Amino acid sequence: MNQLYTKSTQAIFWNNNKTAIQRMLDYDYTIKRETPSVAGIVAPTSGNKFEKFFWGGDEIMIPLYKSTAEAKEAQPQADVLLNFASFRTAYDVTMEALEIGGFSSMMITAEGIPERLARGMNAKARELGVTVIGPATVGAITPGAFKVANIGGTIENIINSKLHRAGSCGLVTRSGGLFNELSNIIAINADGIAEGVAIGGDRFVGSVFIDNLLRMEKNPEVKYMILLGEVGGTEEYKVIEAIKDGRITKPIIAWCIGTIAKYYDSGVQFGHAGASANGEMETAEYKNNAMAEAGIHVPATFNDLPAKIKEVFESLNLDPIPEPEINIVPKVRRPKQFICTISDDRGEEATYAGFPISSVATPDTGKGIGDVISLLWFKKQYPKWATEFIETVIKTVADHGPAVSGAHNAKVTARAGKSVVESLVTGLLTIGPRFGGAIDGAAQYFKYADDNDLDPKAFLKYMKGEGVPIPGIGHRIKSLKNPDLRVTGLMKFAEENFPATPLLDYAKTVEALTTSKKENLILNVDGTIGILMVDMWRALGYSEEEINEFIASGTLNSFFIVGRTIGFIGHVLDEKRLAMPMYRHPMDDILYDVQKAEKIG
Amino acid sequence: MAQKAIREYDAKSILAKHWDKYFPDFTYAYETVMVQNGSELAEAAKTKTWLNEKPLVAKPDMLFGKRGKNGLVLFKDEKPGDVSLEKAASWIDEKSSSKQTVYFAFDGDTPTGEPSVDMLTHFIVEPFTPHDQSEEYYISATVVGDEDVLYMSAEGGMEVEEGWEEKVTEVAFPITATEEQIASKIKANIPADVKEEDKENFAKFAIGFFKAYRELNFAYLEINPFVLQGNKVELLDMVAKLDDTAGFMMVDEWGDVEYPTSFGMEEKSPEVMAVEEADAKTGASLKLTLLKPEARIWTMVAGGGASVVYADTIADMAGIEDLANYGEYSGGPTTGETKFYAETLFDLMTREKDPSGRGKVLIIGGAIANFTDVAKTFTGIIQAFENYKDKLKEVDTKIYVRRGGPNYEKGLKDIKEAADRMGLYIEVYGPETHVTDIVRMALEK
Repeated sequence: MNQLYTKSTQAIFWNNNKTAIQRMLDYDYTIKRETPSVAGIVAPTSGNKFEKFFWGGDEIMIPLYKSTAEAKEAQPQADVLLNFASFRTAYDVTMEALEIGGFSSMMITAEGIPERLARGMNAKARELGVTVIGPATVGAITPGAFKVANIGGTIENIINSKLHRAGSCGLVTRSGGLFNELSNIIAINADGIAEGVAIGGDRFVGSVFIDNLLRMEKNPEVKYMILLGEVGGTEEYKVIEAIKDGRITKPIIAWCIGTIAKYYDSGVQFGHAGASANGEMETAEYKNNAMAEAGIHVPATFNDLPAKIKEVFESLNLDPIPEPEINIVPKVRRPKQFICTISDDRGEEATYAGFPISSVATPDTGKGIGDVISLLWFKKQYPKWATEFIETVIKTVADHGPAVSGAHNAKVTARAGKSVVESLVTGLLTIGPRFGGAIDGAAQYFKYADDNDLDPKAFLKYMKGEGVPIPGIGHRIKSLKNPDLRVTGLMKFAEENFPATPLLDYAKTVEALTTSKKENLILNVDGTIGILMVDMWRALGYSEEEINEFIASGTLNSFFIVGRTIGFIGHVLDEKRLAMPMYRHPMDDILYDVQKAEKIG
Repeated sequence: MAQKAIREYDAKSILAKHWDKYFPDFTYAYETVMVQNGSELAEAAKTKTWLNEKPLVAKPDMLFGKRGKNGLVLFKDEKPGDVSLEKAASWIDEKSSSKQTVYFAFDGDTPTGEPSVDMLTHFIVEPFTPHDQSEEYYISATVVGDEDVLYMSAEGGMEVEEGWEEKVTEVAFPITATEEQIASKIKANIPADVKEEDKENFAKFAIGFFKAYRELNFAYLEINPFVLQGNKVELLDMVAKLDDTAGFMMVDEWGDVEYPTSFGMEEKSPEVMAVEEADAKTGASLKLTLLKPEARIWTMVAGGGASVVYADTIADMAGIEDLANYGEYSGGPTTGETKFYAETLFDLMTREKDPSGRGKVLIIGGAIANFTDVAKTFTGIIQAFENYKDKLKEVDTKIYVRRGGPNYEKGLKDIKEAADRMGLYIEVYGPETHVTDIVRMALEK
């Protein structure tokens, strides 16, 4: 590619450096990018799933990931790595990302990575054709397209320095601070830059002057180049070579800073780690002379650089660059207190995950309550078999008679004269690990056993070790010979409609073992629902991690809550109709065993 | 600077520590001590019996070579190989009692160039090793461009230095070279005039040496000469530099290593040491070098690149005799860190008036910052003004400010108001003024 970045380039940002990321997003907003330039953030120690950033006056969420691998998998289109790890870990982060692949360029900000590691990392990247910017750099920019982190400074400075749209200069510097300065000088004396790179101040950096200049030579947007070198090293000579052999034909303006170094012995380190002359050839003066001899435009001093730029730029007689319209980032912004990602009532009609309510409500839409749940709970359009399964589950768990504790509580509360909602929540509050919770438990434990390849025997042993009966196994009266028809129905539906039921198949092998011990240790309705939900999600393409998260967040219980709410309301309304009096539990049904309290202490 | 010279004693200690890993086929006695005076040597002899039993060699261990030609290697009293512990101790006391003149370059035996004169403070003492000149070999490794280069020669000592071109075999390796590639290339390039019976051992030793150089993060490693006597190796003289950025991974491998200042270099002033200490404690960067503390132009410049162009410009326009310091602060230092840095400078620059009666110039310069908050750092400078305003006025200081970046308008306004209120002469410029143009303005006054 002849250009480092385009307007659709996206990056994975390693380290949640909020200021730098916000600067990138402000830039994106200013230049009217459609997508944020940061697709994801790797924050290994954060427990959060996303970080909020401003997008103009609004806010957007950028997902957080625990590792580069996870981020790349979720954001495969992001082909730039912005490595903001410290000098201790930057090497490992780069090497891992090279291993993962799919990155076209990487920027490494840390200063002082061990030289041998930096060399190894740079060589590996070169071998794989990955452009490395840095280490010890503030980055690079393709104005009007993509800006790395802090380069260019504040948004005000970016606009002042015309870094919000492509100009005609290709700029390469070592120093990051002077990069900004040069952008400003170029904006004042010419028409801004088309692409700019600060290659970094360490002795061993990935891409060097020549790599960047050769790319710019091929980039038609770049009409001339400016190189700001430094005392030390011989990289400038490679540029001279390229001019001599015709690989570079565009005009270059260049200056090497550090002309002062000749006055002092090597004990004084001027500027960056890379800036130390070994021999006369590496002095700034010698390099400036050599570059001038090769036909590069070299000013008399750094102070004369602006005039030189003006002179060369004017001699090119380029067409003026039209100023594009830009967005203005508001000065005052307030972070939002709440986030909503499922529905929106701001438009003409309220929507469920992007679908107007009317498009899912009436029968002619063909949508049922399962579709509404898939939209509002999972923000996805589930296929028919899955929404029908959800509806089947809800219908199956809607009620289980008045004697179960939740229904009993709802009835007692209703009889105390409380309202429908009060009575209902009393019933709902009963739902938990002992009442209704077997769905969660069954999904969790059976999935664990299946994930860890435990055969039924090993699974039973494991559960024994845990000290709990297997959730989802066992029924008061039903057995294999006298099956629970609700279970039979669910299994039949799954068999006929699910693409596959691996966890149910596994659970049946467990059931075969448990029923061989005791006949009523069958897979009960809770277990079947929990297990089939896992199979449903697997078939829908969710990752194991996402499914584990559904289980952990109580999603399975939610199906039970929705279903059983129907039954509870039925019981409450039943009580209201019957106008039953206040309930008092008969005293003869209570064992009283009260001792006189002893004095202690 | 990433590459730092270490003492010969430390270089030997590091190799000795990992000897069996890199040189399993060779033995090295590691009989060496470093002392600062004769009584330390006597003390060392209580635990290291070889100091009493063997004839000794003593020489300074202070990062400079050509010690023999400078007459600073003690290997004989009456005749070679008869130096006793007492003699070594008294020689060390004698050499360390007054300043010594050391030349760094010789033409034959005639010294050339300017000598350095300084005290000798560190000495290395080892057993005298009788050997043939023919047993002396040379080996070294360093980075050249992007490659590691191994230098080997069948002749060691001064011979190799005087006939480098003809006598040394160079082998270069890319960073990606595997151990097998390295080993076979070294074997294929053993200098032809290494004695036939030593060739195999020389290759083994060179392979181990180069591996140690790579794995232990040496930036430069030289043994000149080493002596091969069968499987017994003597390291007669060593020079080494470490890549100190690798220090965090090499804590155990390097042990307690120090980076001494070169012989003849001025000791760092307490102010410079204080800045170095502060630099080590912050994520930001604070650097200070005193060039000529009595000179009239002082710079307080933000940024590694900008600091260089200011120094360049001052040297061009005023000449280096007027430039007092070089330094930079960058990477978003706190207000407190900036205040400390500014006060250190103000303290130094106000100690003496300019001898020719001119006023002092303070350049508070910087490019357009990427992320450093200009107002915040300038608050630190303003606080330093408060404490030094009278002293700054006493030496008739004119202050020139140029800066851009986050919050620069506020920073420039604040510093101008504060200086005006305190009655300090100040001129303030932003990004519309070329970065180094304030140097011209200051000099035209």
